[in-house]
Amino acid sequence: MSALSTGTYFTSYRREWALRRTRAEYLRLGLIVVGLAVLPYSIDFYWLSIVNMILIAVIGAVGLNILIGYTGQISLGQGGFLAVGAFSSALLYQRAELPAPISIACAVVITAAVGAFFGLPALRLKGLYLAIATLASQEIIVFVARRWEFLRDGSAPLTVDRLHIGGFEITRELFEWQWYWILLGCAALSVLAARNLLRSPVGRSFMAVRDQDIAASAIGVNVTRAKVTAFAVSSGFVGFAGALLAHYTETVTWESFTLQVSIVYVAMVIVGGLGSVAGAVYGAIFMSLVPVLLTEFLVPVAGAVDWVSESLPAIENAVFGLVIIGFLLFEPRGLDRLWQRSKDYFRFWPFRY
Amino acid sequence: MSVTSELSSGAEKEALVRTRAYRFELNSSRVAVGAPLLEVADVSLRFGGIRALSEVSFTVRQGDIHAVIGPNGAGKSSMLNCVSGLYRPQRGTIALHSVTEADEERTHDLVARKPHQIARLGVARSFQNIELFGHLTLLENLMLGRHSHMRQSVLAGMAWFGPARRQEIEHREFVEEVIDLLQLQAFRHAHVGSLAYGVQKRVELGRALCIEPALLLLDEPMAGMNAEEKEDMARFILDVSELRGVTTMLIEHDMGVVMDLSDRITVLDFGKVIGDGRPDEISANEDVVKAYLGEEL
Ligand SMILES: Nc1ncnc2c1ncn2[C@@H]1O[C@H](COP(=O)(O)OP(=O)(O)O)[C@@H](O)[C@H]1O
Ligand SMILES: [Mg+2]
Repeated sequence: MSALSTGTYFTSYRREWALRRTRAEYLRLGLIVVGLAVLPYSIDFYWLSIVNMILIAVIGAVGLNILIGYTGQISLGQGGFLAVGAFSSALLYQRAELPAPISIACAVVITAAVGAFFGLPALRLKGLYLAIATLASQEIIVFVARRWEFLRDGSAPLTVDRLHIGGFEITRELFEWQWYWILLGCAALSVLAARNLLRSPVGRSFMAVRDQDIAASAIGVNVTRAKVTAFAVSSGFVGFAGALLAHYTETVTWESFTLQVSIVYVAMVIVGGLGSVAGAVYGAIFMSLVPVLLTEFLVPVAGAVDWVSESLPAIENAVFGLVIIGFLLFEPRGLDRLWQRSKDYFRFWPFRY
Repeated sequence: MSVTSELSSGAEKEALVRTRAYRFELNSSRVAVGAPLLEVADVSLRFGGIRALSEVSFTVRQGDIHAVIGPNGAGKSSMLNCVSGLYRPQRGTIALHSVTEADEERTHDLVARKPHQIARLGVARSFQNIELFGHLTLLENLMLGRHSHMRQSVLAGMAWFGPARRQEIEHREFVEEVIDLLQLQAFRHAHVGSLAYGVQKRVELGRALCIEPALLLLDEPMAGMNAEEKEDMARFILDVSELRGVTTMLIEHDMGVVMDLSDRITVLDFGKVIGDGRPDEISANEDVVKAYLGEEL
């Protein structure tokens, strides 16, 4: 048994539709499951907290990829939509004292509605013009979050009580571990839900709109409805990520949802691979790790060299930019494509072509 | 093959063909054969100063292959675009007739409708320049042809197991029948963008058939094909029309094909109808011969 496969064929639709089909794919899935099970116990809390943030980013990136990669609608409003999810769930949990699962579910619905509303310009605008319109929605949401007293605790940022669901409580000692399992479950569910949606009629209508909107309308796809639905569904995922972020970080402030955040998410989707759920996962991991590893690597250097320590943030930004440009130039279809190519390489080995 | 044809009597053969090859109806129009299906009356369309169509009128009857011919720029594609709602004529009416399950006659004004609403009435089409969903597989393209017959639920889709998968299987069977009909079996999982031009044209026909058309609009389905591909495509169009009863409007430049296939021909020149009739009437029409057919007929 090998971890890679050669030809594949199927004897029923069900088999063909299984998300994993070959032994190799099951084997890889098994390895991933084992890896994810031992991961939290083999790293310290600092690294586990980074992993937890990555899991939240995975949900947000999968959502954004539905919009950008699958429907072809650019959005720079990601930060704003994360904010809507975070503030909604925090307020409902903290002030209305709803149980966390309900406050999170409400946050998903609210963010989906807000996303659909701010997606309305997409009915008229495309490409750069749509980018500017979504940029406006980003700025509007952050402006409201900044100015509205209601979204603060006096002069301090809004704090969220430690998560408790019924009898279950997050404890101080087990904090990162418990969150790891919650976030892992949420991320896995999100990935599955997205993949399923994208092979159902609704998901196909998104891709039809992306590839050929005129032909899509000529075969009966309501393009208006498809675009608004895509904004709503995508924002629903993003709202979910935002709500989890609020409960995990236990404070919500507008500063975590700036345009910078929107751009990092767009980068995740591009670097991971447009129009690929797996790509969004790779992109979220990669773009979250770049700054962390960079700091890890530069801090010792900074101790020795003065100008490095002074310009640490600038260096980080520059490397960030270079990585994105590198992907756009050398592998515009992102990490997912790189992975597929390396799989093919071994699959057909030793035959090159 | 020969054994089966020897053994089966006519009736048995027909039953065999019915059960084996045709599980699904392709034609969704219940209008009686020979009755008017599409009535275009006084349609005029302008683009700025260009008069693409001037007072165009003609009638397409159920069961016909109705060809629209004319030189380049005559307004043929514009006419189809008006029917499918992509262009909105400034004047005139386009009426599609239908008969409901309860045998009630209905008339739908197409000029007022959006393209997706017209598609839902069963008007299916292919495009002069192929407009497939290039990043999707052939299967996904054809399944999109089934879109208007499928329930659209975000939550059921996310859950997949249960209703979503059942629906997928149900419609996949329809799609497989179209794949068999057009002999596309070899390309099921290929991304259509990577397929040969002639195959893409066939996929576009297939996607239109998946709508279960009441009226099929084909804009130059054989353009740019070699002789063999043309012959195949002509065969498919004839099968769809004669065996499956789908009314077809066909734009085509190859006069041999047009004369062979069509039951009726409308000739456009500079946006005006200069001839309308059976193929033998058209080839005898002096205006048409002068304007378009030249000396060869
Ligand atoms: N979208 C459009 N915008 C402007 N002019 C158009 C458009 N579509 C068609 N036309 C014009 O209308 C006329 C008829 O074109 P068309 O219907 O494509 O002709 P045909 O299909 O018979 O070759 C041409 O003069 C063409 O330039
Ligand atoms: Mg044309």
